[in-house]
Amino acid sequence: MVNRPHGGRLVNRVVKGRRKEALLEEALEIPRISISYERVIDLLDIAHGAFSPLEGFLVQEDYLHVLHDMRLHDDTPWTIPIILDVDPDEIVGLKEGDDIALFYDDKPIALMKIEEVYGWDKKIHSQLVYKTTDVNHPGVAKTMERKELLIGGRIDLLNDPPNRFSDIVLWPIETRVLFREKGWRTIAAFQTRNVPHRGHEYVQKAALTFTDGLLIHPLLGWKKKGDYKDEVIIRAYKALIEHYYPKNVVVLTGLMMNMHYAGPREAIHHAIVRKNFGATHFIVGRDHAGVGNYYGPYEAWELFNEFPDLGITPLFIREAFYCRKCGGMVTEKTCPHTDQDRLKISGTRIRAMLRKGEIPPEHMMRPEVAKVIIEFENPFVE
Amino acid sequence: MVEKEKTRYTTVSIPVTLYNKIKKIIEGTGFTSVSQFVVYVLREIIAEHESAQHEEPFSDEDREKIIEKLKRLGYI
Repeated sequence: MVNRPHGGRLVNRVVKGRRKEALLEEALEIPRISISYERVIDLLDIAHGAFSPLEGFLVQEDYLHVLHDMRLHDDTPWTIPIILDVDPDEIVGLKEGDDIALFYDDKPIALMKIEEVYGWDKKIHSQLVYKTTDVNHPGVAKTMERKELLIGGRIDLLNDPPNRFSDIVLWPIETRVLFREKGWRTIAAFQTRNVPHRGHEYVQKAALTFTDGLLIHPLLGWKKKGDYKDEVIIRAYKALIEHYYPKNVVVLTGLMMNMHYAGPREAIHHAIVRKNFGATHFIVGRDHAGVGNYYGPYEAWELFNEFPDLGITPLFIREAFYCRKCGGMVTEKTCPHTDQDRLKISGTRIRAMLRKGEIPPEHMMRPEVAKVIIEFENPFVE
Repeated sequence: MVEKEKTRYTTVSIPVTLYNKIKKIIEGTGFTSVSQFVVYVLREIIAEHESAQHEEPFSDEDREKIIEKLKRLGYI
């Protein structure tokens, strides 16, 4: 059996059929708030159960518990606050208990019942979530740009906005059925926002040696400048799977979810979300969800020790490199040789080579993968 | 900014002999108090208990529709 949803129940806040038609009409009549694409992605994750047990944006009690204790008010582990920010003038005349329509691109996306409107301190938020208030940190910079008030409350999704990745995105209920059809009882999930190099392939295959299946789950959504574009990541993984993975042990599907770069806290968040997709194991790499030098390389591993009730098994696999003497990909734990024989995989070097249209050495990246990437005019987010 | 509500705690009685045993067990482990250890162990046990009570969140009808979609997308 695949893993149990986080909090015990897979949330479904997607409205269908006649009720949807009625609510779409209602959405045009009631007060509305326009939201960004990033908040639309949060809405999708809530409504489709990726953020189970959340049924809406956090109310203050949950927000404060998440901020300070990394748990919801009922003690369920939850580390990243999922919040909706508004300007005071957007909610003039509205009060708790009112329904509002959330619009994106002039179209109604969801309804929300305002359970609470409350203030927040962005500096305290940044310090606790990102462990810094430095605005050079992309998560802090995003936080500082957000509006002054937060509104919490349950949502009902009326429309999935058009998505160019609809043929590669599956939601938790779909992966759960898929894993069952494949007969997988244990599934290792791999989170990524990068194209695959040999180190990634090594950790994925290491996990696959003791699980039934592997879920490769790249994030599709906001990423910082210089990251690989979503379509590049998908194409690169398709090439890797086609040439180097046995059929029927891997599922590649995109996850619509925002990246926060919150390091250890986000590693826990990533694990929780994959649990909702049915994964039983989660691969936690070096400097997971980190950026710059804000977090220690294995700090995320330590934080997992504080959550005996997470309900998904973290797989801590060290960074892999090529060793000339061993004649293959290894880690510090499996290779006795010195740096002289070791060829480290440098993401920066790979990036620089791809930018110039060059194929990186094979110990760093499979040539089939590199070829796909350099076919793109600009594979990086601008 | 509204101040964080003080985390509410309550008292649970355990035998002094057990308390002393735990105190010894946690020496040098990273647990800083008996309470911290007890909370950790209880959360672990509760998680195990809850995971045993899980049912799949889809009906047979949902399943059929999803299988059709998965076939169409080439996943099955």
